[in-house]
Amino acid sequence: MFADYTWTELGSIFAMQGFAGLILFSVFVLMALGLAIIFGQMGVINMAHGEFMILGAYVTYLCSNFVEAHFPALFGIYFFFAMALAFVAAGALGALVEWSLIRHLYKRPLDTLLATWGLSLILQQAYRSIFGAREVGVSLPNWLLGSVPLTDIIEIPINGIFVMVLTFVIAIGVYFILFRSRMGMQTRAVVQNRVMAGAVGINTQKVDRNTFALGCGIAGIAGSAFTMIGSTGPTAGQLYIVDTFLIVVFGGAASLLGTIASSFAISQAQSTMEFFLSGSMAKVLTLLTVVGILMLRPQGLFSLKIRR
Amino acid sequence: MTSIKSFMSRQELIGILVIAAVLFIIMPLAMDIFRLNLFGKYLTYAFVAVGLVLCWGKCGILSLGQGVFFGLGGYCMAMYLKLEASTPEATAIQSTPGIPDFMDWNQITALPWFWEPFNSLTFTLLAIIIVPAVFAFIIGAAMFKRRVGGVYFAIITQAIAAILTILIIGQQGYTGGVNGITDLRTLKSWDIRTDEAKYILYYVNGALLIAVLLLSQIVLKSKLGRLLVAVRDQEDRVRFSGYDVSNIKIFVFCFAAVLSAIGGAMFTLQVGFMSPSFVGIVPSIEMVIFCAVGGRLSIFGAVYGTLLVNWAKTTFSETFPELWLFGLGALFIAVVLIFPNGVSGLYQSYLAPLVDRVVSTGKRKGRSDTAPPPSSGFGAETTAKPAE
Amino acid sequence: MNTINNNTDFLLSIENLTVSFDGFKAVDDLNLYVDENEIHVIIGPNGAGKTTVLDLICGRTRSTDGSIKFRNKELTDMREHEIVREGVGRKFQNPSIYEDLTVFENLELSFPRGRSVWGALTFQRDQDVKTRVHEIAGMVFLDELLDKQAALLSHGQKQWLEIGMLLIQDPELLMLDEPVAGMSVSERKQTAKLLNEITKGRSVMVVEHDMKFVEDIAHRVTVLHQGKILSEGSMAKVQADPKVIDVYLGH
Repeated sequence: MFADYTWTELGSIFAMQGFAGLILFSVFVLMALGLAIIFGQMGVINMAHGEFMILGAYVTYLCSNFVEAHFPALFGIYFFFAMALAFVAAGALGALVEWSLIRHLYKRPLDTLLATWGLSLILQQAYRSIFGAREVGVSLPNWLLGSVPLTDIIEIPINGIFVMVLTFVIAIGVYFILFRSRMGMQTRAVVQNRVMAGAVGINTQKVDRNTFALGCGIAGIAGSAFTMIGSTGPTAGQLYIVDTFLIVVFGGAASLLGTIASSFAISQAQSTMEFFLSGSMAKVLTLLTVVGILMLRPQGLFSLKIRR
Repeated sequence: MTSIKSFMSRQELIGILVIAAVLFIIMPLAMDIFRLNLFGKYLTYAFVAVGLVLCWGKCGILSLGQGVFFGLGGYCMAMYLKLEASTPEATAIQSTPGIPDFMDWNQITALPWFWEPFNSLTFTLLAIIIVPAVFAFIIGAAMFKRRVGGVYFAIITQAIAAILTILIIGQQGYTGGVNGITDLRTLKSWDIRTDEAKYILYYVNGALLIAVLLLSQIVLKSKLGRLLVAVRDQEDRVRFSGYDVSNIKIFVFCFAAVLSAIGGAMFTLQVGFMSPSFVGIVPSIEMVIFCAVGGRLSIFGAVYGTLLVNWAKTTFSETFPELWLFGLGALFIAVVLIFPNGVSGLYQSYLAPLVDRVVSTGKRKGRSDTAPPPSSGFGAETTAKPAE
Repeated sequence: MNTINNNTDFLLSIENLTVSFDGFKAVDDLNLYVDENEIHVIIGPNGAGKTTVLDLICGRTRSTDGSIKFRNKELTDMREHEIVREGVGRKFQNPSIYEDLTVFENLELSFPRGRSVWGALTFQRDQDVKTRVHEIAGMVFLDELLDKQAALLSHGQKQWLEIGMLLIQDPELLMLDEPVAGMSVSERKQTAKLLNEITKGRSVMVVEHDMKFVEDIAHRVTVLHQGKILSEGSMAKVQADPKVIDVYLGH
């Protein structure tokens, strides 16, 4: 499949597909970070995670319309409010869901899977009823349009760069919240020994709710970022959920670094192969490889050997 | 009578007789052939749901990829029927006559090698059983030997369902793509589209379902049936009692896969086509809800659950398509939160004692050492109790 | 202890056994031998590696290095159910029984016949099985409760049921992890009596914290500390060992 291309062409193809892969990587990371927190830390399977992401996307869409209509002067920076609002909205919905649904199902992970699938159907239909079945897009402020030429044939779109920077900042933020803050310490304490954590005065219910809300909030931000590179429809979230779960499992459920590494591997593989094969075969091959590796190494890429 | 008693309690005998009566007498009398054919289509999903009772309810293995096996069975059948419908005479207008129409549209000029054997009905019938069994064996052996279970297994089977769907849609020259394999007409030159054929196929389907229920009942009443429950509750204890747990899991996963494939093949015959929309993530997880609504521990419940959900789906999605998704979503949540034992749980706690009393006043025989009917909502597990 | 490597007269001989979890050696170069018909008790502070040793013998944890020989057969590369079939039974710390099944069914599933998938499908509950189940149920004080769902048993009864499930397999080496933890005083006495009875004709390894109980049953005691043997011998000898006193009472 490489025979028809010269070396320089191949290099450019890899660079451009690699960059396209990096944007996919950003979306994967943002989705997977939230999922990794919820699944890795709490053991809860949230099949509605994609719908939380889409909530963030719709919030961004509403913000963009609102600001464009009423405060056109602020349009250049609306995205930052929108992102904060997406975080709050998705987080609040997450807290509500944890309170009404998830907290009854701890220790029954397969049941959380089914219940959150039900939730995802309800949310999808709600989006369809409110926003219509058609996909919607946001208008980007001028400074995010255009691209930076790197060489003669390689150009890098600015919104892509922005999304990647955003991903980087959020990944660092999540790391600090989980591993350097009091909240993260409490979360990890509850994960490792719920009874003991309760005994030393940690409000485990509150920690559960906050953790779940945090994971959903990050999904909301992911949705915000998603609007910059694609359009939003009621079922867009479902397209990503299987990939994202595979990423989290592939990375080793409890490892943030693993999540990021596996997002990178999967997005790059898919994007590079897409150029040479049809999109569907690229996806089939990528997923098959991941499933194959998981069959050989079920604990994922990064995992700790622990005493059982 | 003693031989029946050894694998069936009176409740279960009544259960299977009622299902047989509903399938063979009540429904054919109550419905016209169009509705009956639709009902037969629902029944093909019941095969999957019964398999899930054994695999998920009893043994605790949640597969989110049962659509894969349903699809494999259905596609095997469809490939045979399609080849029979694609005689050189019938396809004379194609640029390559004698191959299925969708291949011709995709500029394929010769029948692919893996289609060849499907010219034989014997091969096809064997393939319907063997292909899904081997596929399930490979997945099961790879995962269960390495102790992958629980949510990981669920996620990976779901990914497999996604992969197969993308593959079928992507390789449309070989598979018929997103439309599937359509326009199926005859089986050994017997037209399957006539009303008479539909009646016959409906009865064949019903008889197969009863056979599958009996077979499942035999498995559940054997020591293997109790081992399934034991594996679900205390996998390590089973292992440290000298059993190879992975073999037990592989067996039940393959068993469920074969049941699904039979359902898929019967689906193709009754509905007249097969498409990827019965393979992927969404149909696969919906099949789980059929089983859950019936009560994940009861094979009879699974049949009723399937019928109930599908009836509701048809009714609501015809009249209020928007409400249906809300309803289905709510059903997923309710079946987990409010009645985890589904229809059969409700039956066990409210109706079963009543039925038992009514029946036993008629013919009270010495039933000395059987446990009394369960009183709590969790009593559905008594299906795993001995019938001695 | 003058042992020759390779084949020994011991029922179980553990040599140079090491397991490390990411560098942390939970069991470190351990040598331990169990005689025929011996009750061998392992004691030691928390985290000494006691349960890990049992896990290693029964194949639940894979060793990093060293050998475990049972009747001169290497166990370290066998799978759990194969080790069980060799004649090693293991009781867990928390009662692990099948709560949804009856006491009878719990014992029946442990009966060593029909262990393959096909064997389980064609298994018949014949007179042999029934006799043996009743016999074992009598030994573990549960003969009145055969039809009861196991979930409804008391904690002590569950522990006994699990011991019964092991006995019905008639293992040559029985490993018990804290068999009297959580038991009442009278249950403890009954359990000690039970253990003395069931050890006839087999070897038993016990991990236990309850010193009174250890004194009652032990033929030989091994004290583990940080994955290594601190002291070994009779209960009296071990109790007098200054190293042991230091670990248990010192800092």
